[in-house]
Amino acid sequence: MTGESPSAWHPQGAPPDFRFTAENETLARGIVGRYPAGRSASALLPLLDLAQRQNGRWLSPAALAYVADFLGLSPLKVREVASFYTMFNLEPVGRYEVQVCRTTPCCLCGAEDLWKTCRAKLNVEEDGGTTRDGLFSLKEVECLGACVNAPVVQINDLYYENLTPETLNTLLDTLAATGPALPKPER
Amino acid sequence: MPKLTIDGQAVDVPEGTSILQACEQLGVEIPRFCYHDKLSVAGSCRMCLVEVDKVPKPVASCAQPCAEGMVVRTDSPLVRHARHGVMELLLINHPLDCPICDQGGECDLQDQAVAYGSGQGRYLESKRAVPDKAFGPLIKTAMTRCIHCTRCIRFLEEIAGSPELGAFARGEHMEIDTYNGQPIRSELSGNLVDVCPVGALTSKPSAFTARSWEYRKTDSVDVLDAVGCAIRVDSRGNEVLRVLPRLHEDVNEIWINDRTRYACDGLRYGRLDTPYARQGDRLVPVSWTEALDLIAQRLPSVAPEQVGVLAGDLVDTETLFAVRTLMRTLGVPNLDCRQDGATYDVADRAHYIMNTTIAGIEHADAVLLIGTNPRHEATLVNARLNKRARRGGAFPVGIIGPAVDLGYPTIPLGTGPETLLALAEGRHPFADILRSAETPMLILGSGPLARPDGAAIHALARAVAESCDMIRPGWNGFNVLQRAASRVGGLDLGFVPEPGGLGTRGLVEAATQGTLAALYLVGADEVSFVPSRRTLIIYQGHHGDKGASLADVILPGAAYTEKSGTYVNTEGRVQKAERAVFPPGEAREDWAIVRALSDALGRPLPFDTLDALRAMMWREGPWDQGLGLCSPVPWTQASGYDARCVEGTRVHEPFTLPLPSFYQTDPISRASPTLARCVAEWEGARG
Repeated sequence: MTGESPSAWHPQGAPPDFRFTAENETLARGIVGRYPAGRSASALLPLLDLAQRQNGRWLSPAALAYVADFLGLSPLKVREVASFYTMFNLEPVGRYEVQVCRTTPCCLCGAEDLWKTCRAKLNVEEDGGTTRDGLFSLKEVECLGACVNAPVVQINDLYYENLTPETLNTLLDTLAATGPALPKPER
Repeated sequence: MPKLTIDGQAVDVPEGTSILQACEQLGVEIPRFCYHDKLSVAGSCRMCLVEVDKVPKPVASCAQPCAEGMVVRTDSPLVRHARHGVMELLLINHPLDCPICDQGGECDLQDQAVAYGSGQGRYLESKRAVPDKAFGPLIKTAMTRCIHCTRCIRFLEEIAGSPELGAFARGEHMEIDTYNGQPIRSELSGNLVDVCPVGALTSKPSAFTARSWEYRKTDSVDVLDAVGCAIRVDSRGNEVLRVLPRLHEDVNEIWINDRTRYACDGLRYGRLDTPYARQGDRLVPVSWTEALDLIAQRLPSVAPEQVGVLAGDLVDTETLFAVRTLMRTLGVPNLDCRQDGATYDVADRAHYIMNTTIAGIEHADAVLLIGTNPRHEATLVNARLNKRARRGGAFPVGIIGPAVDLGYPTIPLGTGPETLLALAEGRHPFADILRSAETPMLILGSGPLARPDGAAIHALARAVAESCDMIRPGWNGFNVLQRAASRVGGLDLGFVPEPGGLGTRGLVEAATQGTLAALYLVGADEVSFVPSRRTLIIYQGHHGDKGASLADVILPGAAYTEKSGTYVNTEGRVQKAERAVFPPGEAREDWAIVRALSDALGRPLPFDTLDALRAMMWREGPWDQGLGLCSPVPWTQASGYDARCVEGTRVHEPFTLPLPSFYQTDPISRASPTLARCVAEWEGARG
């Protein structure tokens, strides 16, 4: 998050309408049901996660408003929460969200080289930027908790561990070529 | 009742008291930024750290309840060191721009940096900069100065009842903003300037005008609604530069609404600073002698029944008393202080004041609002209702009249007198809610009372109060929410038509027809009509507003900041406002004008000083409780609900709200450029 004011989110064009799919709505009601009556605000984080997954890995203003309405909260409160957590994206992201861990163990094991590789390969200028084709978003993140196999990069929900610039390069090539399915990380 | 020791002094405090509050009881000063008496505890600034024995780390005293046997130190080396650290941290990103900051001189951060800081910083890296926000025409922002105490967020949510501000992102990236960058709409938004401990939120209209030490500060009372908020008028030279709230726990706590705060620049524009007389189609400046002579030539030759007096909304009680006394001397029966045309029965004082008092709202457990939007008509009354609603527990608020967003849950019951009738007859389910409540109350707005059938509605509301058991020993839940600062004072002094005399509607009618020889408008600016050329219209007031435009003779008076005056608020609380500045030009204090007029008419009033007038007035006014206080007023039980209540009532005509605009309600606020900007900014879209 650099430069731009965190409150100045501009949805790309008109905000697309958002509502839970029937399946997600059932899930969401189940999540709300975990909490005592009158405490449904507790379900906010899991619901935002659900909405983000459904909405192409980002929370549009419409999605925020929908979740707020779903839980009877003010959209302002929901935006406060969503903006607090870095794992909620408030701007559109690419199909692959490449998250390079930069915390000490990864850093010692060559995370900086991975970062440079990504920057060069994807030609993304800033942290959090997305490639022009909308395929990759690049982010630096704090410890992913996989230090034992450092350096590590998280792409969408999968961890790719013990990476070198070469293996990462190949991985990014594969992703660009193969389409939405993520290759199984090698052990 | 925990007992604890603070800096060697033993203190006994009620359960749940925080260490900070206990320190305040002892007069031990604890620096703080995020803590505010009237807001919830955030515990985020860490400035209030104290040392507690057997606790290894410093403790945030605002968030730590006192416990039995605690030993607290507020001035130990550990505490001093902690404060230095917190101060240094807060100043890391705070710009050192005090010389160009409007908060300078009255800034908590500045004061506490001097008192508790270490005197020097070690931070050499670059500071963060935050874009300013567009919060509308009243609030100027310099968000780089923000220290994230979140007082503004908590104020809007908890006091104003309109959660418009939030804290987005976190850590170094945290910013305070509205949801989509829209301006802040709350009627209480000016208080954000007061609660902000730094210069992040400052007053836009008074930006770069004066330093806090340049102001002459005068205690006064607000007259722009009938709440009578305690205010402080800050002036420099002969100019009122700003208005701030004063603490009055029973009335406004420490808040005032935006009209009260920002109308003061209206005192500079459109003022009447010399007497005028009509010559042909034009009003030309004349001397006081000429103006009074003109009246003296016309008045004595007409019958007293041919003369009428209308008093306006901002008139002080002294002037009302002087005018009324003069008119009684002259035998004039046509006088009215209710320029909205209300005619309800005011024989009984309990029938036109707020009997629960404003602070009493906190004890209520069910409310019926009748034809009123307290948010606009009496913002601080609404803030008190909001405070009661937020405290929790059952608090049903039923509304009869137009739907309004008050910031707390309400139940729409109906739109007009028919619902009131159903309640009085016990046919409405809400009647059971009111009857089963411990302390039910109703608030009758001034809008319904100004209808032609206002008297019947008033009787009907009284019937509801009685049938729903709102009047009990020790509790009177019948409230009339007046809108004009002068109203209760005028009614208390009997500024109403004598038997057979004409009231507002009759006077306006007679002045239009020309059957009236003279109409004396004492600050009456809310009446508009085309007067007949046969009627002499005398206007006394401070602004060239509606009243002055009708006048044949204008007697320039003083605005509320320019005279010492007494006002009775909607609770029946008698309060005194002091003079902050002098009236402009030839304008005079209003009671003195009436006194001079009485001389010119050859019937001098029996007082030569304001003190003598006040002594007489206090002998007549029903104010046994004394200055600044309220006391319960006995209730005369009506004979219960009967058919007379509905006679003449337009049962099916819905109530309408009396204020077309929150920002412009009176000559002063209509003259204010700041409030005009508010109207231009968002009045159309306001709820």
